[in-house]
Amino acid sequence: MHRNLGTEILRVMQKRTVVRILLIFTLVFTASNLFAKETEKEGKGDLKTEIKEFIDHHLQDSHDFTLFSDKATNKHYGFPLPVILWDGGLKVFSSSKFHHGETVAEVDGNYYKLYHGKVYKTDADGTINYDEDHHATNAKPLNFSITKNVVSMLLVSLLMFFMFRGLAKSYKKNNGIPTGLGRFLEPLVIFVRDEIAIPNIGEKKYKKYMSFLLTIFFFIWILNLLGMTPLGVNVTGNIAVTFGLALLTFLITNFTANKNYWGHIFWMPGVPTFMKIVLAPIELLGVFIKPFSLMIRLYANMTAGHVVLMSIVGMMFLFKSWLGSPLSFGLAFALSILELLVAALQAYIFTMLSALYFGMANEEAHH
Amino acid sequence: MEKLINDFSFGLFFWQILLFVGLVLLLRKFAWKPIMEAINNREEGIKDALESAEAARKEMQNLQADNERILNEARAERDSMLKEARQLKENMISDAKAEAQAEADKIVAQAQATIASEKKAAIADLKNQVAGLSVEIAEKVVRQELSDKKKQLELVDSMLGDVTLN
Repeated sequence: MHRNLGTEILRVMQKRTVVRILLIFTLVFTASNLFAKETEKEGKGDLKTEIKEFIDHHLQDSHDFTLFSDKATNKHYGFPLPVILWDGGLKVFSSSKFHHGETVAEVDGNYYKLYHGKVYKTDADGTINYDEDHHATNAKPLNFSITKNVVSMLLVSLLMFFMFRGLAKSYKKNNGIPTGLGRFLEPLVIFVRDEIAIPNIGEKKYKKYMSFLLTIFFFIWILNLLGMTPLGVNVTGNIAVTFGLALLTFLITNFTANKNYWGHIFWMPGVPTFMKIVLAPIELLGVFIKPFSLMIRLYANMTAGHVVLMSIVGMMFLFKSWLGSPLSFGLAFALSILELLVAALQAYIFTMLSALYFGMANEEAHH
Repeated sequence: MEKLINDFSFGLFFWQILLFVGLVLLLRKFAWKPIMEAINNREEGIKDALESAEAARKEMQNLQADNERILNEARAERDSMLKEARQLKENMISDAKAEAQAEADKIVAQAQATIASEKKAAIADLKNQVAGLSVEIAEKVVRQELSDKKKQLELVDSMLGDVTLN
C-alpha cells in the first residue's frame, strides 16, 4: 500500500516536471533571500525601521552592486560601479569613492555626495541643504552612471543574446530542430507568435512587430525573475525602466498606425458630428493613457510584489517565536510561488497589450 | 505621484532605451529572423510533407482504380473474344454442313440423271433389238408359212400376243 502510494507520487512528480522545477527554484530563491537578509539583521537599532529602510533601499537603484552588507562591522560585500556625471564636462569615477554615501567624492575640483541613492553636488564638507519638506536642494548633475539596474539590464541583454543566438544557430546545425536550451525556448517563441502576436495583430502584419514583442517579453520576464533572486535587483519595479518600455510601445504604435486608426481618433466614423467633436479629445487622451497604464501596471505589480514578499520575510525576524516565524516562512514561500507566476504573467500582459495596441493601429476599415 | 517623479532617473531611462533598442536590433538580425525563418520553414516543410502524402495517397487510389478498370476491360474483351470464337466455330460447322448437304444433293441428282439417261438409252437399245428380232421373226415366218394361209394367220396372232406382252 505504502509502496503503491510512493510510486503513484513518483509518477505524478515525473509528469509534472515543470511544477517540480518551479518548486525547487522557489525554494532556492526564498532560502537564499532569507540568508541574504539574515546577514543584515545584526544591527541593534529598531528592527522595524531597519526592515523598512532595507526594503526602501532595495526598491531603489544603487550606484554599487552590494550583494549583502554587515551592519555590525559596517562592511559591504559587493563591487563598485562606474559613476558617469555630466557637470560642465564628463566626469567618470568609481562609486567606491562615495563609500556608500559616507564620504564626499572629489573629482576635478568638484565635490559630490551620495544621498538616498542620488548624487548631489556639494561643497568640500559634503553639506546637504534641505527645504521645509526635508528634500535636498543641492544641485543634481546629469547622472548617466552605470547603476545596479543598468548592469542587470546589460547582463540580461547579454544572456538573451547568447540564449537566442544559440537557438538560431542550433537550427542550422541540427537541420531545423533546436537542441539543448533551445528546446525550452522555442515553444516560448512560438507561444509569443501564436498566442500573442497573430491573434492581436493579424496574420498579415504581425511579422514586423515580432522582434519587438519577443524581445520585450523575454526582457521583462527574465528581469522579473532576476528580481526573485537574492541578487536583490528590482529593474522592472523601477519607473524609469517601465517608462522606457511603455514609451517604445507608444512610439511604435503611433509611428506604424494607418489612416483608419487616426480616423477613429480624430473623426470617429459612424457617429453624429457633435459626438465626433466630443470624442476626439477623449480618444486622443486614450492614446496616451494606454501606454501609461502599461508603465504603471508593470511598475506597481513588481514593486508591490517585492514590498509584500520582503515585508513577510522581515516579519520572521520580528516575531522571533516558534509559531510566528514558521508561519511567516510558509507565507513567504507561498507568495514566492505566486510571484514567480506574476513574473511571467506581467511579461505576458505587457507583451499582449503592446500587441493589442499594434493591432489597433493596423486595423483595416471594415464598414 | 510625486514619489514616482522623484524616483525617475533620467540616466537609467537613457541606458534602458539604449540597451533595449540595441538589443532589439541585434536580436532581430542575429536571432529572431533566423529563428522565425527556421520555424516557418519547418512548419512549411511539415505542411508540404503532409500535403504530398495526401497527394500520393490520392494518386495511389487513382492508380488502383485505373488498374481495376483496365482489368475489367481486359476481362470483358476476353469474354467477347471467346464469344466471337464460339460463334465463328458454330458458323463454320453449320456452313460446312450446308455445303456438304448441297454437294451430296448435287451428286445424288447427277446420279439420278445419269441413271435416267442410261435407262433411256437401254430402252432405246432394247426397242432396236426388239425391232430387229421382230423383223427376223417376221422374215422366218414369212419364209416358212407362206404356203399355208391358216398357219400364217396363227403365227401372226401368237407373235402379236408376244409383242404386247413385251
